Formats: sequence, structure tokens, C-alpha cells
Amino acid sequence: MTLDTVKHASDTPDVEQPWAELGLKRDEYDRIREILGRRPTGAELAMYSVMWSEHCSYKSSKVHLKQFGEKAPESDALLVGIGENAGVVDVGQGYAVTFKVESHNHPSYIEPYQGAATGIGGIVRDILAMGARPVAVMDPLRFGAPDHPDTKRVLPGVVAGIGGYGNCLGLPNIGGEVVFDPCYQGNPLVNALCVGVMRHEDIHLAKASGTGNKVVLYGARTGGDGIGGVSVLASETFDETGPAKRPAVQVGDPFQEKLLIECTLEIFKEKLVVGIQDLGGAGLSCATSELASAGSGGMRVDLDTVPLRDSTLSPEEILMSESQERMCAIVEPDKVDRFLEICEKWDVIATVIGEVTDGDRLEIYWHGEQIVDVPPRTVAHEGPVYHRPYARPEWQDALQADDANKLPRPESGEELREQVLRLVGSPNQASKAWITDQYDRYVLGNTVLAQPEDSGMIRIDEETGLGVAVATDGNGRYAKLDPYTGAQLALAESYRNVATTGAKPLAVTDCLNFGSPEDPGAMWQFAEACRGLADACQVLGTPVTGGNVSLYNQTGDTAIHPTPVVGVLGVIDDVNRRTPMAFSEEGQMIYLLGDTREELGGSAWSQVIHDHLGGMPPKVDLEREKLLAEILISASRDGMIDAAHDLSDGGLIQALTESCLKGGKGARLIVPDGLDAFVFLFSESAGRAIVSVPRSEELRFTDMCGVRGLPATRIGVVDGDAIEVQGRFSIPLTELREAHESTIPALLSDARA
Amino acid sequence: MTTRIGVVTFPGSLDDVDARRAVRLAGGEPVALWHGDKNLHQVDAVVLPGGFSYGDYLRCGAIARFSPVMETVIEQARAGMPVLGICNGFQVLCESHLLPGALTRNDHLHFVCRDQRLRVENTATAWTGDYAEGEEITVPLKNGEGGYVADERTLDELEAEGRVVFRYLDVNPNGSRRDIAGICNEAGNVVGLMPHPEHAVEALTGPTTDGLGFFTSVLKKLVATS
Repeated sequence: MTLDTVKHASDTPDVEQPWAELGLKRDEYDRIREILGRRPTGAELAMYSVMWSEHCSYKSSKVHLKQFGEKAPESDALLVGIGENAGVVDVGQGYAVTFKVESHNHPSYIEPYQGAATGIGGIVRDILAMGARPVAVMDPLRFGAPDHPDTKRVLPGVVAGIGGYGNCLGLPNIGGEVVFDPCYQGNPLVNALCVGVMRHEDIHLAKASGTGNKVVLYGARTGGDGIGGVSVLASETFDETGPAKRPAVQVGDPFQEKLLIECTLEIFKEKLVVGIQDLGGAGLSCATSELASAGSGGMRVDLDTVPLRDSTLSPEEILMSESQERMCAIVEPDKVDRFLEICEKWDVIATVIGEVTDGDRLEIYWHGEQIVDVPPRTVAHEGPVYHRPYARPEWQDALQADDANKLPRPESGEELREQVLRLVGSPNQASKAWITDQYDRYVLGNTVLAQPEDSGMIRIDEETGLGVAVATDGNGRYAKLDPYTGAQLALAESYRNVATTGAKPLAVTDCLNFGSPEDPGAMWQFAEACRGLADACQVLGTPVTGGNVSLYNQTGDTAIHPTPVVGVLGVIDDVNRRTPMAFSEEGQMIYLLGDTREELGGSAWSQVIHDHLGGMPPKVDLEREKLLAEILISASRDGMIDAAHDLSDGGLIQALTESCLKGGKGARLIVPDGLDAFVFLFSESAGRAIVSVPRSEELRFTDMCGVRGLPATRIGVVDGDAIEVQGRFSIPLTELREAHESTIPALLSDARA
Repeated sequence: MTTRIGVVTFPGSLDDVDARRAVRLAGGEPVALWHGDKNLHQVDAVVLPGGFSYGDYLRCGAIARFSPVMETVIEQARAGMPVLGICNGFQVLCESHLLPGALTRNDHLHFVCRDQRLRVENTATAWTGDYAEGEEITVPLKNGEGGYVADERTLDELEAEGRVVFRYLDVNPNGSRRDIAGICNEAGNVVGLMPHPEHAVEALTGPTTDGLGFFTSVLKKLVATS
């Protein structure tokens, strides 16, 4: 086959090109021809097709994501905002923290182990590329029905992949979520979050500048894995007639990534790079075009110098390969030798593949012949933008009218008792220890809190005790009922979780998992969720710093529940002051903070007891969330509370069960005046938490709540070895523990990853 | 003069920083040793930390055993220098034949991370002098290949000579023969175990501070013999 050079492309304008197979639309292909003034070469077509895919270009979501910038609240803490590999937040004492959540949904359905493993690998490199040492990971996960046979294929594989990669990298896994719902049967959601820490002066950006500077590719050799992964996997839905797509999933090597991390950090330490970018989706196409696009000049790359695992790869394949564990750096010529020396120390292959030029073109050569000559911005940053039509689905009204508050309720103490046990033992509410015990939470020795605590907490400075807390939350059921409110509830819960542990929320990252943007109903859900999240971020003062959009999460015409997953990062001056969730001191008073209303729409109770989804989600009161957070942070700092736990899905009884089981202590409760026992136990009103208060601090604590106007109701005392709701029922902790802890092992212990 | 304790970093070592912190908190001077350097830089004892040296490729610890630093470590261990192998370090010690037996994949086939109760069965080793005979401690355990195996005769010998240093209590987390969590060589200077004492040295980050005793034990021992 003749090499499709730029010259050849100019000479043969009428050659038929496989733009449709590569996922491009007719008008997109026409635009490429217009930009170049000729037909693209095969290599150029490959680059444009991956970079203009939904996954890389955000072409359907961009117009809505803009709000995160436009409505961003003023924040002194934000050092790097949206648009870079990850946002960077100032946490004081000269430290900066970067964090981001991303999806690896589609690959994880096809090949659960490698899909999930490379999801971790990718987000870790994003964080590394900012100049930071990765210090922790978290995984918000969603699977189909817990008893479905395919869940036993997908879940154990995903969990083993996260563990297999993350454990081997030496990053503690400090939290996340595991949610089951039949809507995720053919579309599991595998999101991965990574947190990194650096000094302010170490922040690095992805840009190529300085004519004559060298482009160095380092890390693993380039192979045939993941070719077309981006455009094929992330932008199409699965159907049974399609070709086998297994080879399109990348294969990870965590050992290589561990070396890459240590090697890169040593390179940063000696200040050897001008710009840096990791290779993820779209591989070299993405890294070279983004670096060149963000820089001041052009770039020339000799593609035949790229070290290969498979010498038969074509230039197009090399450009599209998504082989893992690779990075691309821009290095001044006199620093190249030292750069290569450090790579050699870590047994990392490094190759100079090109240089920054004074032009404004990205030029790629193959054995001396030019195969790419494009303006890099048109590839990386000026892709298509769609204003997709969106409309509120017709069924939305009927769904909201199907009021969960009208479902039959338990009346007798015996019925309440039975439903409590069913709730805390249901797959979504049950202990996830079987899963999280497969992750290393101790490595690096700075984990202060990990799952099942409200947020994961990492110590940053051993001398001062400075630390960060991160939580992720999302509730697809709420978002299905009302995507605007659902997105706000996800943020509110994540924000509250961070504050519950005593940290001050600073910034947001989001992973927006939705159905097809070509479906106006799914697009409306997306638009509403973005609007809700941006509005709420503005009120809470926490800017979105970055994240990821995953569309086309649907099987046939059936989309997943709209599932915005929101991560919040907070800072705590002294991790010794953190508030854990366990009730461990007998005699302490239990207070319920916030207001409890009759709110059962989308609740865990309605799902577990009635298999019902309808009505409206709980109301959001962001000013109240702020007040609650302030109280929880003050109480933590001043030592007024010994334990706290956020109330969310499952309501008060779920939170109380978790706090009691963790501390190994029971509780005696009294239903507050004016509240029905059922509503008290199962309602999911937002803006609430329970705290345990030492008697010596009770007055000071209630005074503080009183002065600042936060309802604080004494609901009981930590005592005994049962949860007793006076006059209604009592359940021994042993029985609660059995219900709460046996469910997941029973469902999965016969599954093998 | 403070006692110098070396912690080896192999490519893929993960708990080297933690081990150095534990040495420091116990009052010793941690010294970072590099796998490619035969020189032990005048350390008085060596810790082989947890992790996945060389990616655990081929077999856990099998490649690390041939690294330049191990040549000297093996030589010095035979001459009596205290050596502690934690998790992957234990695997390296078995591969080096400084300790008998081998570590195999957990019987349940999953990686497991848990707070593990252990009984200290031998306090005469270089690393356990600060514990009481039969003392029960809780330290983190985290491994995918932690099942201790050896032939029956070796197991009988280990038992008879008091070389089973730690035994799992409550739960055998990985299918180890006779609940063995850690063993020592005949001289008692080389100890290997799967659980991670270096993760239990601060109340803030560990389940207990029970692991600190490993490091204070060796420091006392070294001071006493110097």
C-alpha cells in the first residue's frame, strides 16, 4: 500500500475515505476538507476522527458545560481551573491539591478487569501531569441488578481491576460508592477519582513552547491495544450485531505506571520540563495536538521514532493507539540528557520524537515523508460544537405525580422493625466491606479516614497536620425524578460529607453519566443537571474545577438513570481534629441536626419495600447546607462532638445503624414530638446529620446551634447493645450486623474475578 | 550516635516510605537503600518493605532476590545483621532462601486488606524483643499472595524450634498453613511476616500502634550489642 502522504492527498482529491466508519458525520468530514483545503491523509483523518469524537471534543456537552465557568463563584482557592488535565486548588501552607473524576464505563462493560484498571491508570496520569504526586484514589461504581448473572461477571472483574491496578501503584483507595440498579445492567458506571498533592511552584501545564525544545515520549512502548477505543467505545452504544470490540479495550501494566510516577516526579523535582501531557484517550493524536495547540509555536514529530511493541503498526494506528503508561514532555535541548538519565534509572524507555517549531502547524513525518500537516487548534480545541435539541420527556409529569409519600407504610412496631432490617440489609444499603477490603487503604501511611466514613481523608503534612478530605456522591434515582434537583442533591451530599468529617469544602469535580445526546429527553436531563449543578456551586461557593462527561450510556433505547456524580474536595487544618462516624462512647447524647420532612420520593425505602420510583426528590436548601457545614466544622475544630454521620439514602435509621455498628455501641432513641416514627426513621430530607455529643459539651453545642439558627433535636443516647426506638421496637446489634454485613458476601462470594 | 536502619527500594516497592517513617518514629535513623546499589551504607539493620517489586512478575520476590543490593543483604544476614521482610519483603526472603517455605495466592483468590489480630509467639528474635510472649497485637494485613506454605517436615521443624514468630488469630486471612503469619531463621536475626507493622505506628493512621514494637525492638537489640 502506498503511504498516504500530504502530497499524495493533494494529488488524489477524489479518493473515498472511511470517515463514516471512523465515526465522523458528513458535515464534519467536509469541514476537515475545508480546514485543510484538500482531503485529509489517512493519518490526519485518524487524528480528527478521534479528537472530534464525543469523548474527546465534548461536542454535545460543551454548550452546557460553559455554565460551570460562567457561573463559577469567586474563589481564592482556585489556582488552575477547567480546561487543563485537572483543576488545582490552594489548600494553604504552600500546598496545592489537584483532583479529578473520570469515567471508564464502556470499556469496563466489555472487559471489566482491564476497563476498570486502565480507568485508574488514566486518571492517575492526569493528576501526575499537573505536577502532583498522586496520593489517593476513589471509585464511584454502579452496577445492574445485584442478582443478575451478568453482574457477577462485571462487578468482581471491576473490583479486581481497581484493586489490581491501584494496589500495585501504591495508592490508598479511600472511598467511593457502590450502587445497584437494573438501569445499569448493560451500562455499568465505573468512575475513578484521583487526588494529588504538590507545592504551588510545581504546577505544570500541558503546553508546548520554545522553538527548538524537544518532544520526548516516555513510558511504555506503543502497541496495537485500544486502537479506536475512543471513537468506537465512547461514542457508540452497544448492539448485538456489531463486531467484537474486545481488542479495543486497553491493557494496563501498573508496575510500568508506578515507575512512570516515580520517574516523572524526579524529573519535576529537577525542573526538567516546560510542558507535559499524559497519553490517554486518542493517544499521541491527543497529546501532540493538545500540547501544540496550547503552546505558542508548531510541532514536528517523526512518528517512525516511536518505540513499538508491534513493528507492523501503520502510522495511523500509532497515532490512534491508546497503549497505557505513556507520557509526553517538552524539554529544553540542554536538559534532554539529564531527562533521559532519570528515565534510565527507573528503567523507563524515553525517546525524542520531535521538536517545537516556530511555525503554527503540527507536522508529522513517517520515514521522512510528511503525513500530517494541520493547524493543531482545529484538531484539539476547535472541534465541532452541537446545540442538540432537548425537551422534557413526556413521561416526566406522570413519574413525578406517582407520589412515593402515598405508598403504604409500616404501622406497628413489629412492621417498622422488619422494614428496618430489610432496608439496612438491602444490597444498596448493606456494608460494602467485601468490595472495599480488596483495596489497600493503608499504603503511604497518611490515610486518616477511609470508607465507609463520610469522606476519605489524607494527611498532607506530617508536621502541621494539614489534610484534605474528598467525598463523591450521586443518586440516579433522584436525578431521574428531577435532574436539576438531583444534581444539586448530589453536590449537597458530597459537600455535607466533607463537612461532616470536619473539613471545609473548597472545590468540585464532576462525572456526568447520561444517555444518548441524540435523544432529546436524555439531552434535557443533561442540560438540567448542568444547570442545577452550576447554580448550586455558585451558592455554595465551590467552583467546578474539571471532570468528565460520559454520554451514550444506554442499551437500545433505554438510557441509564441520569447520574451526575459529584466529588467535593475540602481542607482541614489539623487532621487530628477530624470527626469519625463511629458512636463509640456510651452515654453521649445523639442529636439530629436539620429538619425532617415527609420526603420519600426516590428513597431507599420506596425502592427496597415497594420497588417504586416516583414523586419528587427531597427539597434542596443550599443556605441550610452551608449553615450545617459551618456548624459541623466548628464543632469538630472546637472538640464539641465525638462523632458525626451524614443522613442521605436510607435516612436516619441507615446512618444510625452504620454509626452504631462501626463503634460497636447501641442507641436508645425517642421519636421527637410532632414526628411520625416512620418519617423520623426513613425520610431522606437533605441538609441533615446526626452527631454524638459528650455531656460536658452539650450546652456549648446546643447554644451554638441555637444562636446560629440550626435546628438541633436531642433524639437519644449512645447506650447498650441494641438500637431501641422507645415504645416501638428494639433490634440487637448482632442482628443488625448480620443483616447489614452478610448481604454482599452472599451475593458475590461464589463469583471469581 | 543514632542507629541506622536501611530500607530497600526496589522498582515497585510501595511501603518503603512507611517503613522509613516507622524507623524514625521508633527513634532510629532511616536510610534509603537502592536496589541497584550493593553498598549498604553502614546500616545496622535492613527492612525489605511491602509492595510489588518488579511488578511481582514471574513470581513475587523472584526477581528482587537477584538485585545487586540483595547480594549484600544476604551476605550480611548470614553474618547476623537483623533483617525484617514485610509482605513482599517476606516473599523476597523466602525466594532468597534466608527463610524456608513460600507464599502462594490467597486461598479465596482475592486481595484482602484488613486489621488483623496476631499472637507474638517468639520474643527472642531481633525484631520482637519488646513484646511479651503470647502478646496479642492488631496490625493491618494486605496481600493477594500471602498463603504461607512449606512441606510438613519444615513446618514441624519451625514449630519445634520456636521459629513461628506470629500466628493469625480469629481469621486465617489467606489460607496459611498452621495459621502462620511470620517466621524467623535459626539465629532469629532474620524475620519475615505478611502483616504490616509499619502501618500501625500512629494512632491517627493505623488501627493501633502495636507495630512500633518491631522497630523499637531492633533498636534496643542493636544498642545492646554495639
